[in-house]
Amino acid sequence: MSEMRFFIDPIRCIGCKSCMQACSECATHKGKPMIHLEYMERGNSTQTVPMVCMHCENPTCAAVCPADAIKRTEDLVVQSSLKERCIGCKNCVVSCPFGVPRYYPEMDQMMKCDMCYDRTSVGLKPMCATVCPSEALFYGTLEEFQSRRKGTPINTFEFGEQEIKTRVFLVAPDGYVNLSMDVMHHLDGRFDDGAYDHLDPFAHLEAMPMSGGLL
Amino acid sequence: MAKVPLTQQEMLDTYGPTLHYTPAGGFRTVEDYDRLVSTHCCFCGQQCGINLKVKDNAVVGFEPRTEFPFNKGKLCPKGVKRYLQGSHPDRLLYPMKRTAKGYERISWEQALEETVQKIKDIQEKHGKDSFAMLSGVSLTTEKSYLVGKFARLALQTANLDYNGRLCMVSAGAGNKKAYGIDRASNSWEDIVKARVIFVIGSNIAECFPITTDYVWRARDQGAKLIYADPRMVPMARTADLYLPLRPGTDSALLMAMLHVIIRDGLTDEKFIAEHTTGFEATKEAVKDATPEWAAKITGVPAKQIEKAARWYGEAETGMILHARGLEHHTKGVENVVSCANLALATGKIGREGCGHSTITGQGNGQGGREHGHKCDQLPGNRDITNPEHRKYIAEVWGVEEREIPGKGLSAQEILNEIHAGKIKGLLSICFNPLVSLPDANFNREALDKLEHYTVIDFFLSETAQHADIVLPGSLQEEDEGTTTSGEGRVIKINQAITPPGEARKDWEILLDIAKRLGRGKYFPYQNTREIFEELRLASRGGTADYSGITWERVEKEMGVFWPAPQTTEKGRKALRPEDLDANHPGTPRLFEGGKFYHPDGKGHFNAVAWRESAEVVDAQYPIWLTTGRVVSQYLSGTQTRRIGPLVDQYPNPRMEIHPRLAQKLNIKDGEWVTVKTRRGQITIKALVVNTIRPDTVFVPYHWGGKQSINMLTQRALDPVSKIPEFKVSACVVAKATPEEIREGEEAERLASKTEKLPLNYGLGERRKEFSR
Ligand code: SF4
Ligand code: SF4
Ligand code: SF4
Repeated sequence: MSEMRFFIDPIRCIGCKSCMQACSECATHKGKPMIHLEYMERGNSTQTVPMVCMHCENPTCAAVCPADAIKRTEDLVVQSSLKERCIGCKNCVVSCPFGVPRYYPEMDQMMKCDMCYDRTSVGLKPMCATVCPSEALFYGTLEEFQSRRKGTPINTFEFGEQEIKTRVFLVAPDGYVNLSMDVMHHLDGRFDDGAYDHLDPFAHLEAMPMSGGLL
Repeated sequence: MAKVPLTQQEMLDTYGPTLHYTPAGGFRTVEDYDRLVSTHCCFCGQQCGINLKVKDNAVVGFEPRTEFPFNKGKLCPKGVKRYLQGSHPDRLLYPMKRTAKGYERISWEQALEETVQKIKDIQEKHGKDSFAMLSGVSLTTEKSYLVGKFARLALQTANLDYNGRLCMVSAGAGNKKAYGIDRASNSWEDIVKARVIFVIGSNIAECFPITTDYVWRARDQGAKLIYADPRMVPMARTADLYLPLRPGTDSALLMAMLHVIIRDGLTDEKFIAEHTTGFEATKEAVKDATPEWAAKITGVPAKQIEKAARWYGEAETGMILHARGLEHHTKGVENVVSCANLALATGKIGREGCGHSTITGQGNGQGGREHGHKCDQLPGNRDITNPEHRKYIAEVWGVEEREIPGKGLSAQEILNEIHAGKIKGLLSICFNPLVSLPDANFNREALDKLEHYTVIDFFLSETAQHADIVLPGSLQEEDEGTTTSGEGRVIKINQAITPPGEARKDWEILLDIAKRLGRGKYFPYQNTREIFEELRLASRGGTADYSGITWERVEKEMGVFWPAPQTTEKGRKALRPEDLDANHPGTPRLFEGGKFYHPDGKGHFNAVAWRESAEVVDAQYPIWLTTGRVVSQYLSGTQTRRIGPLVDQYPNPRMEIHPRLAQKLNIKDGEWVTVKTRRGQITIKALVVNTIRPDTVFVPYHWGGKQSINMLTQRALDPVSKIPEFKVSACVVAKATPEEIREGEEAERLASKTEKLPLNYGLGERRKEFSR
């Protein structure tokens, strides 16, 4: 079994979509990304969360597939549906606890992230993890991750009764993370309702006289 | 004279922007290509290493170049999709002339002859300086050097400037004042070693995405991140300390930080005494700049300003990073020297993990401006008004010193003079001022007044649409040369393919024009390597000394940091490039041992007094307007607005507005709004976000025509750097009227069209279509 692990660290994600753009270059799914970027409400935050297939140890998607179209490789990579077998029933789409697989009508097939099997099987990193500018996506060994990075990698998830272990790790940040992005909270109190009768919050202030040389 | 000949719809149908989605010949499997060419991204100043896949003389995809030390394979979305500009349906493939009916295909012979005739006519009638040239820093350093020499010796005009004028000249001028040299002080590796990183006026996640990795690597080792910006941009979201200052108040914040550092005894007295001058005056200038004073101006709580100052002052090592948010002001230079004052006062410069760096926005912003297409500079970052500097370059060029014209006008000033009817003719290369300069309506009027305009470009940009003669030049991957990244690393651009159709390499076109102007003897080059060799000699002894750098070293060492001066007596005296040595290891970190580039060897403090921006809000225009970029677009969008997947990521400009202000103006998310300043108005959709100050709206600037926010910005310039104040205007925002909405919708419709090409449509087909 491969020692290499895939880590997702949403705190670092800058929402640039390099991962999606790079993923869509693959000849097997021409122009379509298999990694997705989830947004928190943009109005409230710039936080984005990249989502790949988690490559579950006991993949629900495969378990529910009536046509036995979803295979797993020896190194625990859960593949997209086999074209010849997939009957487009979308059972996998509904059943995946992480909401990963998608059915593509133009291909009449379920496609999802297969961890760039054409690359990882020959020792390369997945395309998204290679290009990700801020290493929100990281591909390497657990030791490498732990020696270099902060945060706690997690790969056991509970969905009601179901406990799922995955090959992909999600990184939980150390300590408290403030997800409130309202700039108001970082400003002086002059934006209080009462003071907000003029749109320039500083109009009622006198600039202090300054001394000092010019350029 | 130079009026656009067709309707907007006709222009769109014929010349795009067309959204291009598929590589030449369709998507390929991992090994399906002929060659991999190791080169660099053609966009921002980070100049990421990338491998281009080439098949049948077309770029068909990319492979990460993981061995390149700067980005190790990492790329932003622009880098990933950059290859789609090749084999693009809008690509200019033959020379054209504007007629009453539109553009008509002509021969190279005719195009060059008409251009040269017009240059001669105009210069004979109105003097040499009545013909101007505008250049761009997407050009390689070799081409930039050539343009500088071409304008001065072939066109014999003083009026040459470049689009870096809109980028980071304030940083350049500020750095020169403080340190005597115009370059980021460190290689990016020093960011990783810093204990505190202070980012001000730079949306690094969207504009310089690879830098985020360096910041994170530092933070993994416990470094603190301080972020100052009117918007909570993606990196600010996670910062340890966030300072949402009002646009235009950077220097007040920086002065207050210096005030606290001095007050609390956090200065490095030994460093100040041994390695700097001017501290007393600067100290005096900030004596009243208390955090409370700055809080009133900036809106940032005094406590937070104190904290930022203490964190930066107390840390053992620290880096200051800034970009256009700090520099695009009428006091951009003052802002930059205010940062330098902090670095000098705490001795946080010239040693490991310390530094003060500007992040270069444009591809070759660094290399381009050092070697001569800036109106006030000669190669090697030499001063065009300095007699000794002139004499040396005259010697290298084999001319009399008096033959080199003096200091010319800057980019916006050239447009101003065209508008005033004093400059009559223009030659431009890779510069789209109609989108990138402020006050677009004024500049459009100016272009319409030109007697003659020839453009060299690869797409028909908004500006190129005003040209009389269009000469198809080359894309970055169609030529070879060097660029210099934001770090100061000279890197090698390799040729992947030859120019398609009748398009030619830019330098060959310039050489041809020079020959026809009877000045061919000054341009004897057979290839760009020979230009680089001459540049080495020309830069020798200047502050931007490239003389010790060779193409071979650049390739082998994956970049060499300038300056790399001569190390031998023979090299220092050489009169021929072949006698120069290449021993100097290069200089990743400047100022080691406190040695600066001023004649006195010291770092200079510059006292700054606080002043307001050129335009401030008032009852009529009560909201601050600021501008910037989005991650999927680059500069004026000439290239990126043609790449389908990038446009899909952020198709049209949106105005960011805080819910508080939106509520007051009764504007909902996604609604059409009209933003208006004293220069003009645009109607776009609102993006209601609480990640912006409630008194400020933000609009990205990459779009043209009626979507161009630069119709609204002002031509006010920094007195030293002549950079326009893009980052601060006073505006009024209102719900759009039905008529305005119709205009906005029309503008979106005319922004681009989607390609209707077969999936495997490639360069071969394109050539066939255009063969006679
Ligand atoms: S994450 Fe979803 S698609 Fe991926 S293996 Fe698990 S169940 Fe299947
Ligand atoms: S490439 Fe990385 S930073 Fe960019 S969107 Fe994807 S995961 Fe986020
Ligand atoms: S645009 Fe800049 S950050 Fe993006 S890939 Fe190109 S050089 Fe790198």
